[in-house]
Amino acid sequence: MNGLQIPLEHVLIIASFMFSFGLLGLMLRRNIIFMLMSLEVMLNAAALAFVAAGAKWAQADGQIIFLLILSVAAAEVAVGLGLVLQIQRRFKTLDMDTAKRMRG
Amino acid sequence: MMESLFYLASFIALVATVLALSRANATHALIYLIVSLLAVAVIFFLLGAPFAAALEVLIYAGAIMVLFIFVIMMLNLGDSGVAKERQWLSPRYWIVPGLLAAILFGEMLVALQHHSAALSGKMISPKAVALELFGPYVLAVEIASMLLLAGLVGAYHLGRRFLARTEMEEELQEELKEQEQQRAQP
Amino acid sequence: MAGSNYLWLIPFFPLLSATLLMVTAGQLPKKIIGFLGAGSIALSALCVALQAQHFLASGEIMQVTLWTWMSVANFAPGIAFYIDGLSIVMMSVITGVGFLIHLYSLEFMDDDSSYSRYFAYMNLFVAAMLLLVMADNLLLLYLGWEGVGVCSYLLVGFWYRDPANGKAARKAFVVTRVGDAAMALGLFLLFTELGSLDIQTLLLAADSKWQSGDLIPTIATALLLGGAVGKSAQLPLHTWLPDAMAGPTPVSALIHAATMVTAGVYLIARHYSLFLLAPITLEAVAWIGLATLLIAAFTALAQQDIKRILAYSTISQIGYMFLALGVGAFSAGIFHLMTHAFFKALLFLAAGAVIHCLHHEHNIFKMGGLRTRLPIVFWSFLIGSAALAALPFTSGFYSKDPILLSAWAMPNIGSYLWAGGLLGALLTAIYSFRLVFVVFFGEAKTLPNKQPGWKMSLPLALLCLLSIIGGWFVLPLDHVFPAYSHGEINHSVEIISIATPLIGLAIAYGLFLGKQLSISGFTQSTLGKALQSFCFSGWRFDALYQLLWVCPYQVLAQLWRNEPIDYLYRGIVSLMQWSNEQLSKLQSGELRWYATSMVFGLVILVLIMLRSLS
Repeated sequence: MNGLQIPLEHVLIIASFMFSFGLLGLMLRRNIIFMLMSLEVMLNAAALAFVAAGAKWAQADGQIIFLLILSVAAAEVAVGLGLVLQIQRRFKTLDMDTAKRMRG
Repeated sequence: MMESLFYLASFIALVATVLALSRANATHALIYLIVSLLAVAVIFFLLGAPFAAALEVLIYAGAIMVLFIFVIMMLNLGDSGVAKERQWLSPRYWIVPGLLAAILFGEMLVALQHHSAALSGKMISPKAVALELFGPYVLAVEIASMLLLAGLVGAYHLGRRFLARTEMEEELQEELKEQEQQRAQP
Repeated sequence: MAGSNYLWLIPFFPLLSATLLMVTAGQLPKKIIGFLGAGSIALSALCVALQAQHFLASGEIMQVTLWTWMSVANFAPGIAFYIDGLSIVMMSVITGVGFLIHLYSLEFMDDDSSYSRYFAYMNLFVAAMLLLVMADNLLLLYLGWEGVGVCSYLLVGFWYRDPANGKAARKAFVVTRVGDAAMALGLFLLFTELGSLDIQTLLLAADSKWQSGDLIPTIATALLLGGAVGKSAQLPLHTWLPDAMAGPTPVSALIHAATMVTAGVYLIARHYSLFLLAPITLEAVAWIGLATLLIAAFTALAQQDIKRILAYSTISQIGYMFLALGVGAFSAGIFHLMTHAFFKALLFLAAGAVIHCLHHEHNIFKMGGLRTRLPIVFWSFLIGSAALAALPFTSGFYSKDPILLSAWAMPNIGSYLWAGGLLGALLTAIYSFRLVFVVFFGEAKTLPNKQPGWKMSLPLALLCLLSIIGGWFVLPLDHVFPAYSHGEINHSVEIISIATPLIGLAIAYGLFLGKQLSISGFTQSTLGKALQSFCFSGWRFDALYQLLWVCPYQVLAQLWRNEPIDYLYRGIVSLMQWSNEQLSKLQSGELRWYATSMVFGLVILVLIMLRSLS
C-alpha cells in the first residue's frame, strides 16, 4: 500500500475543525449526554492528529497514543455515564444549568 | 483515487460531527456520531494505520457508543426532552460559543499555515505497533490498565446506587424540595 | 566597713527594703514596715558616714565595678561606682536628709492606709537617687535618673483616688520626659563621638578631642542641659514642680526639694569640664538660672498655698544653683545645693507639720497665730526661712553670698547677673517672711488639733541645727572642681549683698505684720489685680503650654479618634469582600460556564504561543 499523497496539514485541519466543533458542542449544549458526546468528538480529533503525525514520520508512536486515548475515552465514558444516571436520579433532569447546588 | 477517498471520508466525518452535535434527539445524534467515527476509521486506514482503524470501529463506534445508547434507553427521555433540547438550541445561544470556537479554529489554522509537509504514505503494521507498545511503552500500558480499572470500579459504584434508594438520597430529595419552596416564596 | 568593697551596701539596703515591702504588699505589721522603711535608710546613712570618714581621711577616689551590665562589641557599661568628693557630698545629703525625712514620715503617714506602699516607693527612690550620684558611667546614671523619675511619678500620684493627683503625677512625668529625651540624645551623641559612656574616660577624651567653643560639645552639653532643666524644674520645663505638691509633704521635702530636683545641678557639675568646652551653653545655664529664679520668686509672692510657695521657692533656689554653675562657681553651686537641701527640707517638714496639725489646711490665709500653739514648728520655720532668705550667719547666707559675688565677678554680663540675683534675694526674703508672718503671727483662724510627736520634732530639730551650722561645713570638692576665685570684690558690693535680705525682711514686716506699709491701693487697681493674677498663675506658663502643646495634641487626638488611617484598611477589607462575592459568582456550578471560560483561556494561550512562534 503505497502512497496517500496529501499534505499533513489537511488531516490536521480536519482534526482541528472536529476539535473546535467538539468544544462548541461542549459550550453550547445543556444536556450532559451531549456534553459527553462532545468530549468524545474532541478526543477523537486529538487521536486523529496523533495518528496523522505517526503516519507522517512512519512511526508507530502515533497509534500507541491513539490506544491510550482510547482507554482514557473508555474510562471517561464509563464513569461519565454512571454520573449521568446519578444526575438523572437526583435532579430529575439532565440539564446542567439547573442541576447545580452552588449559590454563587 | 485514494486522495479522493480521503477527502470524501473527511467530508463525511465533518458533516456527521456537525449533525451529531446539533441534533435535539439524543439517539439521532448518536447515529450521526457513529457515522463520524466510522469515517474517521476510514481516514485512519488511508493514513496507513489499519490497527487504529480496526480499534476505532470496534471500541469507539462499537463498545462506547453502545454504552451511550444503553444509557439513553435506560433514561427514557421521551419527546418532552426533545422539545426542550430544541428550545435550548435557539440561535442566540450559539453566539458566544460559536465565536470562541471559530477563533480557536482560526488560530489553529494560522498555526498550521507555515508548516507544509507531505505524508510518508507508509503503512505501519499491527506488529510494529505491538512491538512498540510492549517495548518502550510498557509502562504506559500499565498506567492505562490502572486507569481502566479505576473506571471500572467507579462505574460500578455509581451504577449500583442507581438501583437502591438510600437514606442519603431521601435527605437530598427533602433538601431539594426545600430549595424549591424557597425559590417559590419570593 | 569602709572602702570600695563595701560601696554596694549603700544602695543595696534601700533597694532590699523596697523589694521586701513591695513583695509583702502591706501584709507586714506596721511596726516592721516602719522599721524596714526608716531602718534601711539609717543603715545606708551609716555606711555613707563611714565611707565619708574614710574618704576625708585618705582622699582616695574609689572606683569599683560590681559586674558588667552588658557587653556589645566595644560597648560594655558596668554596674560600676565612682566616688569622689562630689559623690560623697551628694550621698551624704541623700541618706542624711533622707533618713530624717523617713523618720518624720513614720509619724506623718501613720494614719495612712498605704503605709507600706509609701515606704516601698520612698526606699526605691533613695536607691535610685544613690545610683544616680554613684554611677561611674552615664548609662547607669541614666538608670538612676529614670528611676527617680518613676518614683517621683508614683509618689506625686500617691493618693491616686483623687484624679487631680493622678493628673499632677502625669504632668510631672511627661514634662520631665521632654528633658529626658533631650538627655538621651545627648548620651547618644557623646557615645558616637567619643566611643564611651564612662564619665571619666569621656571627660578626658572630650578634653583632648575638642577645643573650647567647638560645635559638637556645644550641642552635647545643650542636650544634657535639656535633661537637667527638665529634672530640676528650670525654665522652660518648670511647670510640673508646683503641681507635684499633690504628693505627701515628706515626699515634697525629699524628692521635690532636697534631692531629685537637684539632680540636674549634679549632672552639670559632674560634667563641668565638658561644659567648660562650651562657653555658650554655660552662659545659657546662667541666664536660665537667673530667669527662673526671678520668675519663680515673683510667682511665690502671689501664692496662697503654703506648699506651692515652697515649691516656687525651690525652683527659685535651684535657679541660684544654675546661676552659680553658669558663672563657673561649681563649688558654690554644690554648696548651695547642700544647704538648700537642709533648709528646704526643714521648711517642707515644718509646713507638713502645720498641715498635719491643722486639718490638712493648705491656705496660708486660713492659718495664723501658730507661733504659740506650735512652738517647735514655729522655730523650725523661722530658722528655715532665715536660711532661705540668706540672713547673715545662717547656712543660706554662706552659700548664696559666694554665688552673688561670683556672678559679679563674671566679665561683661556679671553686673546684670548680680543685679538679677540680688533682686531675687530681695524677693526671697519678702516671700519667705510673708509666709512666716502670715502663718505664725496675727490672729488664729484655725486651731491645731494635735501636736507633733517626737518622730516629727526630732528631724525638725536636727535640720534646724544643720540649717544654722551647715554654712561652716567644708566640702571636699577641691580636687573635683578647678580652683575658683572671684578675686578682689568691691566692699560695697559685698555690703549690698548682705543688706538686701535684711531690707526684704523689713519690707515683709512692714507689709504683713506691722502694717506700716500698705500696697492695697495698688493691688486693688486694675493693673495691680492683673499683675497679681498673672503672678498667681505662674506667669501663665501653664496656659501657654496648654495653647502651644496640649491643645494641638488634643485636636490631633480628636482628629485621629475615628482612626482615619483605618478607613484605608477597612477599604481593603471591603474590597476583598466585594471581590470575594464577585469571584464566588464565577464558582457557580454551571458546567457550561466553566467550559466556556476554559476555552476563553485556551484561546488566549494559543494566541500567546502564536505570537512567540512568529
